[in-house]
Amino acid sequence: MTLIEVKNLVKIYEIGGKKLAALNGISLNINCGEMVAIIGASGSGKSTFMNVLGCLDKPTEGQYLLEKTDVSTLSSDELAHIRNKKMGFVFQTFNLLSGFSALENVELPLIYSKMPKKMREKKAYELLHEVGLSGRENHHSSQLSGGEQQRVAIARALVNSPDIVLADEPTGNLDSKTSHEIISIFQRLNTEKNVTVIIVTHEQQIAEFAKRVVILHDGKIIDDKLS
Amino acid sequence: MFIFVLLKVAIRSLYANKLRSFLSMLGITIGVTAVVAMISMGSGAKALVEKQISSIGSNLLIVLPGATTSGGARMGMGTKPSLTLSDTKAIEDLPSVFCAAPIWGGVAQVVYVNQNWSAGVQGTTPSYFIARDWETEEGRTFNNSEVKASSKVAVIGKTVQKNLFGGTDPVGKIIRIRHVPFTVIGVLSPKGSTARGDQDDVIFVPVTTAQRKLFGTTLPGVVKIIIVKARSRKLVKMAKREIGNLLMQRHCIRMGQDKDFTVRDLTEITSAVRKISTTLSLLLGSIAMISLIVGGIGIMNIMLVSVTERTREIGIRMAVGATTANILMQFLIEAIVLSIIGGFVGIIFGMIASLIMAHFMQWPTLISWQAILLAFIFSTGVGIFFGFYPAKKASKLNPIDALRSE
Repeated sequence: MTLIEVKNLVKIYEIGGKKLAALNGISLNINCGEMVAIIGASGSGKSTFMNVLGCLDKPTEGQYLLEKTDVSTLSSDELAHIRNKKMGFVFQTFNLLSGFSALENVELPLIYSKMPKKMREKKAYELLHEVGLSGRENHHSSQLSGGEQQRVAIARALVNSPDIVLADEPTGNLDSKTSHEIISIFQRLNTEKNVTVIIVTHEQQIAEFAKRVVILHDGKIIDDKLS
Repeated sequence: MFIFVLLKVAIRSLYANKLRSFLSMLGITIGVTAVVAMISMGSGAKALVEKQISSIGSNLLIVLPGATTSGGARMGMGTKPSLTLSDTKAIEDLPSVFCAAPIWGGVAQVVYVNQNWSAGVQGTTPSYFIARDWETEEGRTFNNSEVKASSKVAVIGKTVQKNLFGGTDPVGKIIRIRHVPFTVIGVLSPKGSTARGDQDDVIFVPVTTAQRKLFGTTLPGVVKIIIVKARSRKLVKMAKREIGNLLMQRHCIRMGQDKDFTVRDLTEITSAVRKISTTLSLLLGSIAMISLIVGGIGIMNIMLVSVTERTREIGIRMAVGATTANILMQFLIEAIVLSIIGGFVGIIFGMIASLIMAHFMQWPTLISWQAILLAFIFSTGVGIFFGFYPAKKASKLNPIDALRSE
């Protein structure tokens, strides 16, 4: 079943009066349960593509159908709802709320889906356990290592049982050993729970873990292969 | 339900920036303190004025004699002996007049055993005490038969009692006024001071006694002034007119001729004084309001800084599903919490400040609940008003721009 359908996507940034096309006509289909790696050099438009897929940014031109719904027709509240229920984000810089505990960070999406406190905590505990952080629930992000912080971020991404997990350079700030651990979490997620995983990376080794690799260059897809 | 979650989030982030939250709260605290203190001060001063006004008596008019002309020089108001006891009686019979009392007196040396004191001695009738709503603390006032018989009885004020008798009971004791022995039959309850001096430093005797035995006059029956109490506030103006007509008739003065008397309406003076004190408290209140608004601008300032500083946090919240309304509410609640806490502390400080002021200025302490309510509503309003713009700004951020900001 087609989950994501992208047609001729264009994103143009205007910087100092000059127009810069970050995405220059991308068309792509992603099915449910796929694990896709999007790779490319920096400036190839892969992060922009990811932000558009995650409903964080809007394309200048082109069509983005998410489960057959044209995303451009949705209001900002409907987009917020999609981000809350259907998507999970993992960022290179973790993006945890400082001053909040691991548990509270994981609870965050559930707050906006208005889940009662008891259920919220139970769910967050489960997820932290799943990513191997049992016993560290009350640690603040400053007390956690990079790998641990990224695990918290993954737990947060998964807490609302999303259909899609979008990871933007999830291993960019981690050493190779931790990177493998993080990637294996994504793999497990994909095989065991059939969650669609899209990973943006510039590291070839990371991309090799994915079944499908899409290569971007100057805002265009130059290769799309199954491994 | 959800609002409590947002409230908790707001308190968390305020607590995370303790110093900044404290400083912006301070602005509101000072503003509210000023409002509560100023309004309390205003109403305290007003109450003091009211007390003084009511101590004079309500619905009063004063009839003064006219001026004499001596060798072509006019001697000023009240010098002509034109008012008499029979004028007083005639005034008392007017329909709009409740009672009227004459005054004839002067200053005299008063002696009790080995103590002596100089006090105003006023000859009057029992109507005087009714007109001025003046009651005795001990003993009684003199009655009409004692006036008729020019009895040597005296009712003394609180200050005279203190100076002549100290702590002892003066009722039944004999004092000498200008060497004439008088029996003290009562002590008046204290009225306090007005602009014209201590009202309790006074001795009252029957007007006939004063005229015949103390301050003799060549013109018997003449009085210095007549104090008149109208039947009601509404009738004061009518009483003034009626007294004027009556005295013109009695003194055979034709229209257009100079009058030999003046009728003064005391309620005019009291309403003027009231107006001044109201204006004063309004002025003080509005100055305090300005400081509250300045405090509100402080909150807006801090909230704007906070939004800029926490752009990334806003981005994260939006990425995990916060709607624009969620973000708006979060920042609005933060501003409101700040100003409510600031306002609450301000109310407490304001109450303390007004208690201290009342203590030092010897005013009646008046912390009005209206002032507190007003200050509270205003500080919350300031929070909403000045918090709205920064909150709106936060909620309008584009999620990806917010996430990318450093």
